[in-house]
Amino acid sequence: MRIGVITFPGSLDDRDARRAVRAAGAEDVALWHGDHDLSGVDALVLPGGFSYGDYLRCGAIASLSPIMNEVVDAANKGMPVLGICNGFQMLAEAHLLPGGLIRNDHGAFIRRDQHLRVENTATAWTNGFTAGQQIVIPLKNGEGEYVASAETIERLEGDGRVAFRYLGVNPNGSINDIAGVTNERGNVVGLMPHPEHATEPGFGPDTRAAMRSGVDGLTFFTSAIAALQAA
Amino acid sequence: MPTIVVDVMPKAELLDPQGKAIAGALARTGRGSFDVRMGKRFELTTDAPVTDELLASVREIAADVLSNGVIEDVVAVTVVEPAVVDAAEIA
Repeated sequence: MRIGVITFPGSLDDRDARRAVRAAGAEDVALWHGDHDLSGVDALVLPGGFSYGDYLRCGAIASLSPIMNEVVDAANKGMPVLGICNGFQMLAEAHLLPGGLIRNDHGAFIRRDQHLRVENTATAWTNGFTAGQQIVIPLKNGEGEYVASAETIERLEGDGRVAFRYLGVNPNGSINDIAGVTNERGNVVGLMPHPEHATEPGFGPDTRAAMRSGVDGLTFFTSAIAALQAA
Repeated sequence: MPTIVVDVMPKAELLDPQGKAIAGALARTGRGSFDVRMGKRFELTTDAPVTDELLASVREIAADVLSNGVIEDVVAVTVVEPAVVDAAEIA
């Protein structure tokens, strides 16, 4: 199983995403935004960071990168695609996911270990979770407030396309505490928090058991592998 | 050379945290109490004559690239330093 991680100018979390792919048991493949080539990968991760310095809008210039033509094609054909933070913003800008991300309502950058509830366990990136499972993964963003029109929100809620919801604290003012969404088919998922930073004991969020032992993010990647094996 | 100016504003119904921060600073420094909203101004300068076709394509660029219709509105597309068309607002 080969999972590609695309590096854009200004990507920060591509290395951690590749490490997470390896931790989950797949082969990681480094991809470059300027290429028109997905190297035959089975799934894709668009990592976090500040592509193009967040010029214009977060993820906007990156969504016009050469490789995005191939990403959109692959996503429309059913390839599992995960957008994390800046990657989520790119997927929204590329219209692969509905809604948009704007500056946090409180105006500040925020970094915290964030509790989430998994709302949809039928997607390619969440099938390893149990319905309603509560997880903790790091969150770090300045522009993570999820917004969409009232009609879009109603449709997403009605169709169960809210994949993750913030628990306890809504860290950025997102409508309905939405932390992540999926497309209709369930192969494309985007979220603001960072599963790739919670995949290896010693480097994740604190848990009751031990400091930095949280590995809830690993299930995102093992889910994708399971989805590909089932396909 | 003619310049086409595109003005983009955050949607009225969305909170504009930057505008709010600016309003807070104005109030704090005794400059008055305002609602402030902050937008973007793009200046597209071209050697080409400003034809209807060019303006149509700039309006498309404004809608597809310079703004994101989910969170922003294009509020004006205007020609300044006019070559062919009047400086009147076009949008």
